[in-house]
Amino acid sequence: MAELNPVRPFTGGLRLPPNKNLSTTMPITTLARPQRLCIPLAQHAGPPARRAVSIGASVGRGDPIGATGEHGSVAVHASHSGRIVALQRRPILAGNGLFDADCVILETDGVDAPVARTDQHWPDTLAARLAAIAAAGIAGLGGAAFPTHIKLGAHARYRTLILNGAECEPYISCDDMLMRTHPDSIIAGALIMLDLSQATQCLIAIERDKALALEKMQYAAAVRADPRIVIVPLPTIYPAGGERQLVESLLAEEVPRGRHPTDIGVICQNIGTAHALARFVSDGEPLLSRIVTVTGLGLRTPQNVEAPIGAPISALLDHCGGLVDPRSQLIVGGNMMGHPLPNADYPVTKATNCIVALPLAEAVKSEPERPCIRCGDCADACPARLLPQELLRAARSDRSELLTGLGLEDCIECGCCDVVCPSHIALTASFRAAKPGLRQQILHQQLATAAAQRHDRRQARLQRSAAEADARQQALQQALAADSATRRTVIDAAVARARKQRNDPNALT
Amino acid sequence: MPPVPSLTPIAHIGPMTSVPRVMLTVLCALVPALIVYVWYFGWGIVINLLIAVAAALAAEATTLIMRHRELRPALTDGSAIVTAALLAFALPPLLPWWLPALAAGIAIVLGKQLYGGVGANLFNPAMVGYVVVLISFPVEMIQWLPPRGSDLPGADIGFVAHLAYAFTANLPDDQAIDAVTQATPLDLTKLGLANMQTLAEIQTGPLFDRLGGRGWLWTNAWIALGGLYLLYRGIIRWHIPVAVLLGLLIPAFALYLVDASRFPSPAFHLFAGAALLGAFFIATDPVTAATTNRGRLIYGAGIGVLTYAIRTWGGYPEGLAFAVLLMNTSVPIIDRYTQPRIYGHE
Repeated sequence: MAELNPVRPFTGGLRLPPNKNLSTTMPITTLARPQRLCIPLAQHAGPPARRAVSIGASVGRGDPIGATGEHGSVAVHASHSGRIVALQRRPILAGNGLFDADCVILETDGVDAPVARTDQHWPDTLAARLAAIAAAGIAGLGGAAFPTHIKLGAHARYRTLILNGAECEPYISCDDMLMRTHPDSIIAGALIMLDLSQATQCLIAIERDKALALEKMQYAAAVRADPRIVIVPLPTIYPAGGERQLVESLLAEEVPRGRHPTDIGVICQNIGTAHALARFVSDGEPLLSRIVTVTGLGLRTPQNVEAPIGAPISALLDHCGGLVDPRSQLIVGGNMMGHPLPNADYPVTKATNCIVALPLAEAVKSEPERPCIRCGDCADACPARLLPQELLRAARSDRSELLTGLGLEDCIECGCCDVVCPSHIALTASFRAAKPGLRQQILHQQLATAAAQRHDRRQARLQRSAAEADARQQALQQALAADSATRRTVIDAAVARARKQRNDPNALT
Repeated sequence: MPPVPSLTPIAHIGPMTSVPRVMLTVLCALVPALIVYVWYFGWGIVINLLIAVAAALAAEATTLIMRHRELRPALTDGSAIVTAALLAFALPPLLPWWLPALAAGIAIVLGKQLYGGVGANLFNPAMVGYVVVLISFPVEMIQWLPPRGSDLPGADIGFVAHLAYAFTANLPDDQAIDAVTQATPLDLTKLGLANMQTLAEIQTGPLFDRLGGRGWLWTNAWIALGGLYLLYRGIIRWHIPVAVLLGLLIPAFALYLVDASRFPSPAFHLFAGAALLGAFFIATDPVTAATTNRGRLIYGAGIGVLTYAIRTWGGYPEGLAFAVLLMNTSVPIIDRYTQPRIYGHE
C-alpha cells in the first residue's frame, strides 16, 4: 500500500473548531426499537420508490416497503417488523433539504426475525448488480442520499474511485466512528465498488485529525494489500470533503463548471456507503439503519447512535439524555451546511448523518449586519475562488450578467464567507436566494434568443422565396420575349390550368 | 427580543471577527508610533487627534441624522476614529484647532457620507480631507516642528505651548510661529534640489539623519512595526504594502544609481515621508482599495510609482495622498480585470 502524502491542498477553506470530541468519547450505541417508524418513500429529490404495502399489512424486518420503480428510485425497507398503520404526505428533511414526501407509518411489534438469506441477492452481470443495489435501498450516506447505483452506472469505465472519509464539517463524527470500528468492511466495499466502476485506483481521503481512523484504515488496507487502494490523509481544512475540493486535492485537477465528477471519470462515494454495500453483498441485508451523530452542547450525552431508518429524531434525542434546554437550535448535518430542523418530530432518513443541538445563545449570535467594507476575507476563504464581496453587490442589484460572470452558479454554499465576514453579512443565504432568479433569467434569455433566431430565420426564408419568385418571373418574361412559340405554349398551359380550376372547385392549384 | 431558532440554512457558528474589532486593532497598531511621534515632535499630534476624532464623530452624526439613518452602527464601527487617526499622523503637529477639525469634517462628509457611508465611498476619506486642507491652507500645512535632538528652537515646545497655539493661534512668550517651525526633510530636499544644491549639501542640516529625517526614521520604523502587526493579525494582506513599497523603491533605486547627487536614496524615500504609513495604513483601507489579490498588487504598485513621480517631478514634496486618490479612481476597473479564475472555469 502506497501513501500519497502530502497532497496539494485545495484553495480557500477555513480551519474551524471541529467540536468532534463531544461525540467520539463514547462507543456507537444502538437505538432501542421505537414504537413507530415513519419511512419516507423518497429520501432525496429524485423520483420516489413505488409503495409496495398497504394499510394493515404486516411486514417483517427487511421487507420492501417501497420498490424501485422509475429510473433512479431507490427501494426502502421496513427497518423493524410490524404493521403498516398509516400513509402520510408530510415534510421530511433529507438529501436536498426540507421537502414533502409520501411516508409509510409502521407500528413495530418487536418480532424482528433476521433477514432471510438467499444466495441470489448478488447476481453476475453489472446491470443486474446495479439493480440489486437499488433494490437493497443503498444510497449515499454522506448526507445527500444520492442513489448509489446511478452514480456507479453513470460512466462505463471510471478512472478513479474516491472514497470520502474526510468528514470535514464540524460536529459530525459518524464516518470517523465507522472507520474506527469497521475498517475491513469499508475496504471490502471499496473493492466491490472498484469492481463495479472499473476504476483503476481507489483513493480513500481522511482528514489528518482522525488519527485513530487513519491508523485503522491503513492497517485494514495493508492487510488487503491491494495496490489499487491508497489511503490519503488530508489537511484538516473545511471543506476538504467537498466533492470538488477532493478532486482538486487528490487529483490536482478541477471538475469543469456545471459538470459533476462522474463527467470526468471520477466517482465519489462516502465510506458509509461502501460499508453498507459490503454488508449487503456479504449478508444480503438491505440498508435498514445508519449511524447518526447526535451531538452538541445542548444535549446531555452526545454520542453516535445506530438508528433504524424512519426512527423519530425525538427518540434519538431522548436516547442521548435529552435536551438540556428544550429551546435549542436543532440542525440536521453540521453547523456549516446543515439544515435547521423546525422540531424533533422528523424521521431519520438515509441522509441524516448528524443531529446537532446547540444552545440558542451559541447558535444564533445575531450580531447586527453592517455594510460590506470590501476587506476580501471572504474571497480568501472561498474554495471556489469567487469574490463574494462583489457577488453580494451584484446579487443586491440583481444584475444577471454580472452574477454569471462572477460565478454565482459556482458557489458551493459552504458558508466559509459567512464565518469570516467582519460585517456579519449572510452572504451564502443571499447567494442561495439569488440562484433561482438567475436561472430563471438565463432561461428567459435563452427563450428570447431562440425566438429572435426563429424570427431571423423566418425573415431570411421569406426573403429567399421572394427573391426566388422574382427570379422565376424574370426568367419567364425573358423566355416570352425571346420567341413566339414558347409564348404560345406558356399561354396554353396557363389557360388549361385556369379552366381546370374553374371546373374543379376542390382542386388546389 | 429573545433569540429564536433559525429556520433558514445558515452557518451556525459565531463570527470570527467584526468591523469594530478590525478598526480597534488598526488603532492599537498605531499606538507605539504615536508615542515615538510625541517623543520627537511633541504633544501636537495628540491634540490634533482628539480634535479630529471629535470632529469626525460630530460630522458623522450630523450627516447620519440628515440622511435619516441609525446613529449607533456607524458611530460605533470605529471607522471614523481610524480616519481621524490617519489624519492626525498626516497633518503637521502645530496647527490651529479648526484645521484638523475641518480636515476630519471634510473627510467624513465629502469623503464618506455623501457616497452613502462606510463601504460605499470611492476615495480614501482621510486622504480627501488631507488633500483639501493641503491645497486650501498651504502655509499652515508646511510648518512642521523640528524633532527633539535637533537643537533648533521649537524642538522642545511643551504641551501648554501646543495647546495655546491650537486655541489662541499664539505661542506663549510672544514666540513667532516662523521662529519655531521648520520645513520637512522632504520639503527641504525638494527646495534644495530646485536651487541646484546637491543632496550631500542639503542633507547635512540638523533635520537630517543618516537614513531619513531625524525623528522621522524612528516614527516610521514604529509605523512599519505596527503594519507588520496588522499583517500578523490578518487584518491586512501583504499584497498592497509590498506593492506600494516596491513601486516606490524600485524607481528610487534605479535613479539613485544613475545620479546619487540629484536623486535621494531609496532609504530616504522609505523613511523620510509618509511611505510606510501609506503602505501599511492608508493604501490598505479595504473600502477604497482593489479587492482581488492581483488587483491589490497593481493598485499598490500604482500608488508607489505615482508617489515617487510626484515627489521627484511634481509640485508637492510628498505625493502619497494624491497617488492614493488617483489609484482609488482606478479600483473598479482593476477589480474588473483581475477577477481570479473560478474553480472549474477555463
